[in-house]
Amino acid sequence: MNWFSRVRNSIPFIARQDSTPDNLWHKCKACGEMVFAKEFEDNLSVCPKCNHHDRIGAASRFGMLFDDQIWEELSSPTVREDPLKFKDSKKYVDRLKAARAANVGNDALTNALGRIHGNKAVVGVQDFAFMGGSMGMAVGAAFILGTERAIAEKCPYVIFTAAGGARMQEGILSLMQMPRSTVAISRLHAAGLPYIVVLTDPTTGGVTASYAMLGDVQMAEPNALIGFAGQRVIEQTIREKLPEGFQRSEYLLEHGMLDMVVERKDLRDRLGSVIDYLMAAKAAA
Amino acid sequence: MTMTSYLEFEKPIAALDARIAELRETADTGEIDIESEIERLAAKSRKLLASTYAGLTPWQKTQVARHPARPHFKHYVAGMFDDFLPLAGDRAFGDDKAIMGGFARMGEQRMVVIGHEKGDTTESRIRHNFGMGKPEGYRKAIRLMDLADRFGLPVVTLVDTSGAFPGVQAEERGQAEAIARSTERCLTLGVPMVSAIVGEGGSGGAVALASAERVLMFEHAVYSVISPEGCASILWRTADRAADAAEAMQVTAADLKRLNVIDRIVKEPVGGAHRDSALAIQELAKAVREELETLKVLSPAELRAAREARFLAIGAL
Repeated sequence: MNWFSRVRNSIPFIARQDSTPDNLWHKCKACGEMVFAKEFEDNLSVCPKCNHHDRIGAASRFGMLFDDQIWEELSSPTVREDPLKFKDSKKYVDRLKAARAANVGNDALTNALGRIHGNKAVVGVQDFAFMGGSMGMAVGAAFILGTERAIAEKCPYVIFTAAGGARMQEGILSLMQMPRSTVAISRLHAAGLPYIVVLTDPTTGGVTASYAMLGDVQMAEPNALIGFAGQRVIEQTIREKLPEGFQRSEYLLEHGMLDMVVERKDLRDRLGSVIDYLMAAKAAA
Repeated sequence: MTMTSYLEFEKPIAALDARIAELRETADTGEIDIESEIERLAAKSRKLLASTYAGLTPWQKTQVARHPARPHFKHYVAGMFDDFLPLAGDRAFGDDKAIMGGFARMGEQRMVVIGHEKGDTTESRIRHNFGMGKPEGYRKAIRLMDLADRFGLPVVTLVDTSGAFPGVQAEERGQAEAIARSTERCLTLGVPMVSAIVGEGGSGGAVALASAERVLMFEHAVYSVISPEGCASILWRTADRAADAAEAMQVTAADLKRLNVIDRIVKEPVGGAHRDSALAIQELAKAVREELETLKVLSPAELRAAREARFLAIGAL
């Protein structure tokens, strides 16, 4: 406990932040059930009532993934900010500021190096909370950085995807992250290292149409929305209702786009086992 | 000059041309001294056309890039090559006519050409699905690139799509994966690859065929992450702001050259490629030939390295 919380906690009439009713309970976004926040968190942010896998950020992800909860966060790369001086109803720089003020990171993709079942791995986590996880130059640069570190460490790169797509405010430069990330994957492959994708809710657009679909092994969390085109766009094009479960993990598995759908509680073990298989020959050599 | 339809911003030119046509009809009936007036108006029309096209806004360029009379894949293929042997099918599901391809010969230079075809009549537009590729189209492109790579043929792609097709079956068959793999195949080719954005370069559906070491773009073509209408309806909440979106996203050849996303701008005839298709096609053929010539000396490893370096450098500090 630092001096501030000590002082604050000793003052009886100031309610502690985490005991406010807002934080005590978690209301499931899918089934609407109220669950103790603590219970929800202990359950890896998965609703114990309906198994809805809630969106989580990089720190929570790293915490539930790495051995002994130890990891080294890779510093985020420096990129040109707002290269197009983009402005719609708001300035892009102001949107960035607002996103950073919400304290989810410097941009939408964060990397860390750690061990999973004893095997080293660089893991990248895309955070939907940062401008919809959107892929711009910062995400592309972080992705490249993650793969480069994996090559330096001779270990796999694992990416947890979550994004609405490309970041429109960076125009064509966001689109160019599709070939740029693909180059990074090719280099990883040239080094004989695995690239593993875990798709989480939601992964759509240009992200799906590039690095999210190029994994040596493709996993997804249950019921994640995964697709190229947006559902509204498809409905407007075909003018009919979309099939049940369309663009959800299980639907993609059914259609051959994934190797497996894995519950969050099993992800660490499953990743550990896949990495073990893919790295066994390299380790023996 | 064959003109069928004028764009909204060409109305003053259309009015002049209509007046000229009117006078011509009168002249045909015998009034010879009208000739000088016709010439004066024609000169005025040419001047107005040139000045209009010298100052097109990004949104106007978008309209030019989508002009129904603009040359399409089949016109380029007929005009650029001495021979074309179409190839079809992805060997897994079907043949997507939105993405065409085959062997082509330009003089003694043999190559594989792949491109989007939008179609130019109601019937052919439906057959070619308005140039919106499906997974089997991108997988056909991958197959043709494999073929080119194995037999040492350069790859030339002609990009002209509003985007990949958004449909239920396309999603089921892995639209995203097909695009990702096609992009990957471009980047790993051991033969020269030259791409030309000839009309619309619409998002991932364009990138899948445009991840080349040399990317050319027609003067009035556009290339963007999302259509101006799509961008406007998301960020401004109304598609009516498409012109603003086109401006903000920087979609023109000059913008993209400055951002190092493209390497070379190919000039169009005054008034756009649709006003003189033959000339536009010749310009493109010349540019493609020159680019292929410079790439010929590079080894497969050098080509791959050049392509990787090109994309990694985009947007770098």
